[in-house]
Amino acid sequence: MSNSKFTRRGVIKTGAGVGAGLALPTIFASRASAFTNEPTGSSVTLGFNVPQTGPYADEGADELRAFELAVEHLNGGGDGGMMNTFSSKALKGNGIMGKKVEYVTGDTQTKSDAARASAKSMIEKDGAVMISGGSSSGVAVAVQGLCQEAGVIFMAGLTHSNDTTGKDKKANGFRHFFNAYMSAAALAPVLEKLYGKDRRAYHLTADYTWGWTQQESIAAATEAVGWETVRNVLTPLAQTDFSSYIAPVLNSGADVLVLNHYGGNMVNSLTNAVQFGLRDKQVNGKNFEIVVPLYSELMAKGAGKNIAGIVGSQNWDWKLEDDGTKAFVKAFGEKYGFPPSQAAQTCYAQTLLYADAVERAGSFNPCDVGAALEGFEFDGLGNGPTSYRAADHQCFKDVLVVRGAENPQDEFHLVEIVEVTPVGQVTYAPDHPMFAGGNLGSCNPGA
Amino acid sequence: MLGLDKKDMTTLLVVAALVLLAPFILNPFPANSAMAQFNAGYPDLMQRFVIFGIFAIGFNILFGLTGYLSFGHAAFLGVGSYSAVWMFKLLSMNVIPAILLSVIVAGLFALVIGFISLRRTGIYFSILTLAFAQMSFNLAYSVLTPITNGETGLQLTLEDPRILGQTATESGGIPVTNLFGIEMRGSETLYFGDWSFQFSAGYYLCAIIMLISFYISVRIFRSPFGLMLRAIKSNKTRMNYTGLNTKPYALAAFVISGMYAGLAGGLLASMDPLAGAERMQWTASGEVVLMTILGGAGTLIGPVLGAGFIKYFENIFSKINESVLHSWFSFLPESVENGAVWVAEHFVGGGWSLTLGLLFMLVVTFLPGGLVEGGQRIIKLFRRRKADDGAEQRAAKSHPAE
Repeated sequence: MSNSKFTRRGVIKTGAGVGAGLALPTIFASRASAFTNEPTGSSVTLGFNVPQTGPYADEGADELRAFELAVEHLNGGGDGGMMNTFSSKALKGNGIMGKKVEYVTGDTQTKSDAARASAKSMIEKDGAVMISGGSSSGVAVAVQGLCQEAGVIFMAGLTHSNDTTGKDKKANGFRHFFNAYMSAAALAPVLEKLYGKDRRAYHLTADYTWGWTQQESIAAATEAVGWETVRNVLTPLAQTDFSSYIAPVLNSGADVLVLNHYGGNMVNSLTNAVQFGLRDKQVNGKNFEIVVPLYSELMAKGAGKNIAGIVGSQNWDWKLEDDGTKAFVKAFGEKYGFPPSQAAQTCYAQTLLYADAVERAGSFNPCDVGAALEGFEFDGLGNGPTSYRAADHQCFKDVLVVRGAENPQDEFHLVEIVEVTPVGQVTYAPDHPMFAGGNLGSCNPGA
Repeated sequence: MLGLDKKDMTTLLVVAALVLLAPFILNPFPANSAMAQFNAGYPDLMQRFVIFGIFAIGFNILFGLTGYLSFGHAAFLGVGSYSAVWMFKLLSMNVIPAILLSVIVAGLFALVIGFISLRRTGIYFSILTLAFAQMSFNLAYSVLTPITNGETGLQLTLEDPRILGQTATESGGIPVTNLFGIEMRGSETLYFGDWSFQFSAGYYLCAIIMLISFYISVRIFRSPFGLMLRAIKSNKTRMNYTGLNTKPYALAAFVISGMYAGLAGGLLASMDPLAGAERMQWTASGEVVLMTILGGAGTLIGPVLGAGFIKYFENIFSKINESVLHSWFSFLPESVENGAVWVAEHFVGGGWSLTLGLLFMLVVTFLPGGLVEGGQRIIKLFRRRKADDGAEQRAAKSHPAE
């Protein structure tokens, strides 16, 4: 150890003597730039920070595929995917503003700390001008805060908590994905239509920020259509066996069970509930029903046939019929051999939206990019007409209500679309109580 | 000098040189070369190296000297971080009060946990500390959300009072952590041909604190108190028979080591004002055990090396992705290239922990004394050659060896 140190120091010392003359003019010349990591060369670096280990590693892998595809399309490779259907035509397939797009990846481990360390290394070492990705709200909020401080743009990946664009919103952060409030607003009318006005709901909620905001949103929306919330029970995140939580549901007089769980939690709690025979029970003269407000294909795969007939919501599904979706599913399928998940779609769309905003702003400066995204209305990225609201940097678009298929033809058709809830129905005021308490602040270009 | 003998002084000077010149040492490759992937000389990682070095040094005072294996040290790290962030929220963005509070709070916390856990030794002690740490983690994660902000982690906001500082900067941002005006995230870059070296204010603050902690740890190792701790490790029962109550010594070591962890937590928060519950998780506690064992438990410099080793893998290897691998292996024919990439990608990117695990296994199997033992063996190899030459001369003089 000490040996190598001395030789290396020796090398540097010798190098110093030789190099000093040559490099003198540049020493300590803090290269003046208007904002953090201003790209000066022929390329621009984006940072894709996704979970590669831990509970959401599958989603992270799918996000990474989407990012790679988006970079390929931006650089003019492949068939261009959704760039052809995107309503804004600023992107030409020659990179971003003529600079070739390069990217670096990192592992968030689904931990705020590790995610921030990874994002910091992208900003400090690799010179990334934009960070994207993430598969949980805790990580998204933490990285969004970091990007705000460092002066780069954060394009959130899969994050569903109200807080990301609510009390923790930041001027440099943008979210394309929908949120818990929108899920609830889209689900409530469908639930009313399917199961009636007079229902008694029992909530099992994952005991952390996302679980709470989702439970709050669902309870408020269902109570507005006449449902009664019998009880809300918080379950520890690390719980794998939910039997002890399911048993009391039967004696509570409830006739609907709402599972505010995600990922492995949801797979386990749903499996337990179905095994207990809840779905075959009759309570208050009605069929007992189970609702899973946030669905994902990967969770559906994990829960298998237990999800048949169970209702939930999604940001996007590859079975949609619009041109953007078709173009994306085709490009993704040709490259990887299977259809993309909603996590992949939101990450792909975010990358294109960022690139497009840079082109329209004519600058990589986060403040200019932010201004170009704020209030931007677009179409052709798979969700129909969408707008980026300036007040909280949240995208507003249609929300899908889906149901687990009774007889899926293969593992890619596990969910079927019940209804596409129009955007007007899921829109809320920026100062809605569930989103209050935050402050965008002003954009920070860093440097 | 400084109350150290010559050997310890040399160690301290070597560590000081390594730490202060780290921006050069860790950036051996030109910035735009293919090998730049392996450069570790950027502020965030260098800060982590020294901060986790402090954490491991402190852990080593307990584990290396007394032999008590605590599996819950991350709890003190987390408590330190939370205290520091609260100080930034309520008092000011100066790091001094934050670091002081984090050390004090972690010390008090360690006193309570240590007082209970030290009633048992061996595996029971480890289990008790693990239980306390998991308890703290769960409290931070869900129960004490108003204080810890749950899984999202405690962050600064624009609404924090900051009595002695400013709530928000003039441009409407959250003020940054500083040391009497020196911004912790501020850094200066030295360009040198193709090389670039970053000197960060935050890093040098951490480095100086780390050197002080290292110095204190050397003094503890060499003091009568340190000797007492070693005595506890070698045979606690015998100590009791001689009429000596070992518990106060063990407790003191536990509290000191907890304060080191709190200091590390406070510094983490000072460099990046965020405190997350997962900092207290058992995996984080396990990590410091790994660092210490990997580097060499009971040695002075080992834990620092182990901390650097693990953090390097976590941050550098996890960022090597498929496209980077393709660019490395592009000289091979395509089918071989794809094969090589397929094999290699399991060990980098998401597979970084696999590589680390393999290396850990190798080190523990072949170098039970950790990286320090490896270093010693290499030095011995060179020394022996010299010694052989010397032996011939000495044989001529026919003096007894000692």
